[in-house]
Amino acid sequence: MDTPTRYDPIAIALHWLLALLIIGTFCFGTYMADLPLSPSRLRLFNYHKWAGITILALSALRLLWRLGHRPPPDVPMPDWQQRAAHLTHGLMYALFFAIPLVGWAYSSAAGFPVVVYGVLPLPDFVPVNRDLAASIKPWHGTLAWTLAVLVLLHVAGALKHQFVDRDGLLQRMRPGRG
Amino acid sequence: MSPRSIASIALAAALTGAALHPACAQTKPAQLVAAQSEIAFTTKQMGVPVEGKFGKYSATIAFDPKKPETGSVIFAIDTASARFGSAELDGEVGKPEWLSAAKFPQASFQSSSIKAAGPGKFEVAGKLTIKGASQNLTVPVQLTQSGGNSTATGSFTIKRLAFKVGEGEWADTSMVADDIVVRFKLALSGLGPL
Repeated sequence: MDTPTRYDPIAIALHWLLALLIIGTFCFGTYMADLPLSPSRLRLFNYHKWAGITILALSALRLLWRLGHRPPPDVPMPDWQQRAAHLTHGLMYALFFAIPLVGWAYSSAAGFPVVVYGVLPLPDFVPVNRDLAASIKPWHGTLAWTLAVLVLLHVAGALKHQFVDRDGLLQRMRPGRG
Repeated sequence: MSPRSIASIALAAALTGAALHPACAQTKPAQLVAAQSEIAFTTKQMGVPVEGKFGKYSATIAFDPKKPETGSVIFAIDTASARFGSAELDGEVGKPEWLSAAKFPQASFQSSSIKAAGPGKFEVAGKLTIKGASQNLTVPVQLTQSGGNSTATGSFTIKRLAFKVGEGEWADTSMVADDIVVRFKLALSGLGPL
């Protein structure tokens, strides 16, 4: 059997789907954070929370898939680059879970249970507590911006490999059958 | 007529008048113990339950549990005292689109009749007035007693749009539901026995 040189189709699909969702939800979040109270803002906040929980659920599926399906071997590159890439990916995975979990906790502590798609109430796994809410609140934004920086690093790295090293790295994640 | 007969007639008239007046037909009025009472309301915002409470309200209660049809209750609720535990919502609720607390500092309920509806249960029919608009409703009340203290509990649902609570852009019931469930637990002292 040939050694695979690309990720499998499910991994590719989840990668791009989550990329769109994560970038979109991040943009929503930064836009809506400072809006004055209005029905539109409430709507945006709720869409943001629904998207966040969707990201959390899909990330869990993605992680399970990843654990069961080995990615293709790395393209040749210096050791330090390989370590940096794996570290970046690992941190991103951690944040895919940490960010929505922190957001969910903040919403619960602030007294607003998360009701996904307006119909599925999620449990509050932290108590309703204004002081707790105030201490959690900055973390959601800080972690989100950290992920934003990692995404930029991730994209920059991919483009560097493709256009500077010319090692065809983007083939590994290109949608379609390759 | 002799002074005596005039006095008798006057006394008879006074007693008849007193006997016919509902408030005089039973014992002294009960007192609402606000510190142990609660008036809360819940609505849904895109499926998310939002609960608030009124911090200030008063009641005039003339009620004999053994003769409920002779009783009356009047509530006055301070609209500016609505609190949600969120600074943003607390600041919003008194605005003209919502309770308009500056123009309508009080919401009120005035009973028109009280009926027995089972052991310790009563049905209080009356008029609820919020923001200048009135709606008739019947509130089921459960009364329990221990020692000299009574507790009246119950809940009822109102439609906020009937009172124009949440106007303009907030009239959209897919954002904030029309149904508001009001829950009360009232501690009363000095109420006669069931």
